[in-house]
Amino acid sequence: MSKSPDLTTLIFGRLTWDAIPLHVPILLWTFIAVMLGAVAVLGALTYFRLWGYLWREWFTSIDHKKIGIMYIVLGLVMLLRGFADAIMMRLQQAISFGHSVGYLPPEHYDQIFTAHGVIMILFVAMPLVTGIMNYVVPLQIGARDVAFPFLNNFSFWMTTAGALLVMMSLFVGEFARTGWLAYPPLSGIAQSPDVGVDYYIWALQIAGVGTLLSGINLLVTIVKMRAPGMRLMKMPMFVWTALCTNVLIVAAFPVLTAVLALLALDRYVGTNFFTTVLGGNAMMYVNLIWIWGHPEVYILILPAFGIFSEVVPTFSRKRLFGYASMVYASVVITVLAYLVWLHHFFTMGSGASVNSFFGITTMIISIPTGAKLFNWLFTMYRGRITFEVPMLWTIAFMVTFTLGGMTGVMLAVPPADFALHNSLFLVAHFHNVIIGGVLFGLFAGINFWFPKAFGFRLDPFWGKCSFWFWVTGFYFAFMPLYVLGMMGVTRRLSHFDDPSLQIWFQIAAFGAVLIALGILCMLIQFYVSFRRREALRDHTGDPWDARTLEWSTSSPPPVYNFAFTPQIHDTDAWWQMKQHNYRRPVDGFLAIHMPKNTGAGIILAGISMVFGFAMIWHMWLLVALSFLALLVVAIGHTFNYERDYYIPADEVTRVEALRTEQLASHV
Amino acid sequence: MSDTSLAMTGDAGAPEELRFYVAEEHHPENGTLLGFWLYLMSDCLIFACLFAAYGVLGRSYAGGPTGAEVLELPAVAVNTSLLLLSSITYGFAMLEMQRNRQRGTLIWLAVTGLLGAGFIGLELREFAHLIALGDGPQRSAFLSSFFTLVGTHGLHVTFGIVWLVTLMVQIRKKGLISANKRRLMCLSMFWHFLDVVWIGVFSFVYLMGVLP
Amino acid sequence: MDEDVARIASHRGVSATMGQNVLFRSRTDRRTFSALSPLVPSPVMSIKALRGLLLPAVAVLTGCNTVLMSPSGDVALQQRDLIVTSTLLMLIIIVPVIALTLLFAWRYRASNKAAAYDPEWDHSTMLELLIWSAPLLIIIALGALTWVSTHKLDPYRPLDRLSAGHPVPTGVKPLTVDVVALDWKWLFIYPEQGIATVNEVAAPVDRPIEFKITASTVMNSFFIPALAGQIYAMPGMETKLQAVINKPGDFEGFSANYSGAGFSGMRFTFRGMSEDQFAQWVQQAKAGGALNREQYLELAHPSENDPVSRYASVAPGLFETIVDGCVRPDAVCIDGMAAPSAGAANNMPAMSEHPMSTMTSAKDSTGHSSASEADTTAAMPASRPL
Repeated sequence: MSKSPDLTTLIFGRLTWDAIPLHVPILLWTFIAVMLGAVAVLGALTYFRLWGYLWREWFTSIDHKKIGIMYIVLGLVMLLRGFADAIMMRLQQAISFGHSVGYLPPEHYDQIFTAHGVIMILFVAMPLVTGIMNYVVPLQIGARDVAFPFLNNFSFWMTTAGALLVMMSLFVGEFARTGWLAYPPLSGIAQSPDVGVDYYIWALQIAGVGTLLSGINLLVTIVKMRAPGMRLMKMPMFVWTALCTNVLIVAAFPVLTAVLALLALDRYVGTNFFTTVLGGNAMMYVNLIWIWGHPEVYILILPAFGIFSEVVPTFSRKRLFGYASMVYASVVITVLAYLVWLHHFFTMGSGASVNSFFGITTMIISIPTGAKLFNWLFTMYRGRITFEVPMLWTIAFMVTFTLGGMTGVMLAVPPADFALHNSLFLVAHFHNVIIGGVLFGLFAGINFWFPKAFGFRLDPFWGKCSFWFWVTGFYFAFMPLYVLGMMGVTRRLSHFDDPSLQIWFQIAAFGAVLIALGILCMLIQFYVSFRRREALRDHTGDPWDARTLEWSTSSPPPVYNFAFTPQIHDTDAWWQMKQHNYRRPVDGFLAIHMPKNTGAGIILAGISMVFGFAMIWHMWLLVALSFLALLVVAIGHTFNYERDYYIPADEVTRVEALRTEQLASHV
Repeated sequence: MSDTSLAMTGDAGAPEELRFYVAEEHHPENGTLLGFWLYLMSDCLIFACLFAAYGVLGRSYAGGPTGAEVLELPAVAVNTSLLLLSSITYGFAMLEMQRNRQRGTLIWLAVTGLLGAGFIGLELREFAHLIALGDGPQRSAFLSSFFTLVGTHGLHVTFGIVWLVTLMVQIRKKGLISANKRRLMCLSMFWHFLDVVWIGVFSFVYLMGVLP
Repeated sequence: MDEDVARIASHRGVSATMGQNVLFRSRTDRRTFSALSPLVPSPVMSIKALRGLLLPAVAVLTGCNTVLMSPSGDVALQQRDLIVTSTLLMLIIIVPVIALTLLFAWRYRASNKAAAYDPEWDHSTMLELLIWSAPLLIIIALGALTWVSTHKLDPYRPLDRLSAGHPVPTGVKPLTVDVVALDWKWLFIYPEQGIATVNEVAAPVDRPIEFKITASTVMNSFFIPALAGQIYAMPGMETKLQAVINKPGDFEGFSANYSGAGFSGMRFTFRGMSEDQFAQWVQQAKAGGALNREQYLELAHPSENDPVSRYASVAPGLFETIVDGCVRPDAVCIDGMAAPSAGAANNMPAMSEHPMSTMTSAKDSTGHSSASEADTTAAMPASRPL
């Protein structure tokens, strides 16, 4: 110990050696494994001298394509963490019956289900969705980058900083033990005095800034940067859903920021917003967090709908049925997303009229959603369907999501919800729509656009293995939960008395193992595809004979995306170009104006993470220093006026000539 | 959006006549102002939440003082006039900017900054007074929501002043170049936005709080 | 211990008989089955027949004879019927969608050259009308059902029947039970009988019960699946639940909202019994000690997996003081906090309608509460005029 304990507190706050879980074997071994892995990766990067390359080409890149890929890598890495949590929970619930208490004491189990929810929604689904939008939207609208390329890089790193804080909580201190929405009073300072909720608050606040900025960025990109001729009603469906999603982000995430700030004030300053004493009101928190939380699920599902709307026409070799109807359905869903939040707490004592109002608005959402499903159906009707991996995911989605939609409407009937609320039926429902909708959509999207991003297709055999394991695993894992919900079993329990339930939990655990195999197959798929990349090479830039603009450029696209800005006449712009025997321009190239890379984004996000960490541990000196640093670096960055450069015409000509050669040699 | 016109105007309608790319240099519109406007709307939502919190908790005195007991309208009236005045002086700065007069712009910006600083000073004085009386944000839910709403606005004004000073330095260094003009426009929107929010705070918190 | 497990299991209605008779385990199930049709306030009459046919199928689908599908209280029974009806209504659209998905995927596979191929066909006004109006019609039906049933099954609304065809006799007052969710056990106070119990609650069969529910520190949810749906238990607030048990027996109750480390063990037994047995049960409690404020504070300390305990007497007004958060002598009552002139408009939906027991009596019989009531409630949800 230091001679002056006050100084120690000023520097280290409440961080002591006790916070490092050296005494918990599970965590210690995980920690050692992660550290060994990290040392191996870092060592490899150093050995192969990749640091410079990563820093110049990726970390500081403002290219929307690279940022999109980094988002997806982040999402997939966090998927492994979130799934590890899931399988631990499944195992605990499968064995913790009667006299056996399982292997996870409540203090760990409660952190695990909280972390699982937070990670899966905010650090898996969100980065994957944002990543795909980032990659695809500018290409589909014929733009060279997003509206604010620097902000894009900054947003990504802020999201990563939030994810890193969550990961840190595993080994330094603990994560929240409150459930993924951290309802007070449980998350208040009186009930949760430890750092867990503070990790939750700061991880979400920092990542939330990133998400909000990326929402504004993509919104402006779509509004201002569409290629000439692309009127709103000629935008590809994915761009429409991205537009709706980003409207939702801009209109929902500030509420999260505000409500978490109030919770933080309660915890740090001692205010009384959500306390049980001195006039606080916890129900206000529940209302506000769901005013964010409900649109959040539409933020996730709408881009997935967009992906399906691209995949179905491509693999049915047919125009999308009912384009206008699809657009209106998306817009209606966007608006209604704000009118349903109360259905998450019918059981909080609202009056019958209020409950019915929110129940009925919730049901109304199923109308445009149903219309969308029918539109995909009639796109398949009289098509020529090829069952490539993205299409398989889509069909599995249509069946699975329909079931999830049905159970969702059941939960929207308030008296039925009184019986089903918080039960495993509810857990089964939202996994049914989030896995069956969002995740299947994202996997379809990853398989669909991978060749565009990397220039070779993903191996279809391992893709199909992954698909079948995932889909059967999903049904094995979640159908038993519907049954358990009907048996009146509630969620978040770490121990059961009734032995008759055990078989269902064992089936669910088996399903989780199948899903694990699905994830394993996906990793093998990436590896095998990389090894076989020459056999899977896409020379044309259009491996699926697809319809929208991103397929008109090379795979992977040049840094400037399009040598000349495309001119749009039809929704299926590239399809129309092919129909009209479009000839690629081969000369007359001009210099192209592009934004320059910058390290400011990663530096600012890094300082933000330090600031968040210091706040979590009450290291006030570091708080002050990092805040000051944040201010100085941010202001310093605004003094940099040289943020762009021109790619010389010669360089463009050279790149395009290579492409001409490539196309000619693989006719 | 662009001066290139569709090549479909011909009556022949033969598919070969469609042009599929813009052969000249194409620059999309600058989106900074729209983006900043969207940011302001999102910020507006944060204030909406704080107003809602005040609406719910604004009468939960928990045995502590009521609005009528702690809020001093005369001081707030001075405060409000300072902020409203600063919006006008910012407007003068923008007029000078449009005439490309750097010196005038800087002078009016300085005046705006001083008025803003005066506003912050008075607000801090009010806060210090309340806390000294033992009526800090911890006293009751009413005071929590009061301090948070007014304080968040004050924090925005403070950042506005920091931004304003930064921008003054940048104008001195680079002159009224288009990038700086765009930044002045953004700060202008920000400053007027804070004014509008303050009018809400003034009527909703102070006037209605003091009224019985 | 093992006996407890077996008992609980048998009342989940699953394990003991699962192998023998999957669908109908007891006489009562037949009764509910045949009594179904008049129970449900369904606006779609044609569904009735279908419902009769499909109920067994749904029972199979939902895994044997689960507690939610064969409850023992009238409220839970009506909620069950609603779940079944809404499922059937939705199957009208769900089944065709799933069938068509598989059918189209198969029929229009690329290798089937016999199927028609129409690559430019992307619009049909007729079809668009159909695909928007079909779900719309279902939702209109379901919406009407929702509106009616939500008002009818509003947990605050006094019961008007004991079971199908048996209205509440005039002059019968509901049995009042005050429920407190503690860390991590349940305290039940019987103001009429003057007793209190921990982790066990009993009620006579076919007598309406009015639960008044609160919590000591964090949010919980009071749920007895066999009896009625759940309602949140929240500190500083009082919620209500009206229910009736129609069959004697021991049923499982628990917290359905995660509340911290001891949450998994936060279980209790709900016992439906005859009037005589109930009187005996009350007498049994009369043998226990007294529950005054000090003992309550002692009891309120966090503990897990507590055994059943009983108290012969309860300090007067204890429940109200718990709701007001001022059992501790030094605590300020929430009640005294709001200004007398409090009248701030309160626009948080969950608090605007039933924030306190006194307000619910002002509600009209349909369960509507007017905006002015919500206004007088003030921002403090639990302010209870004395």
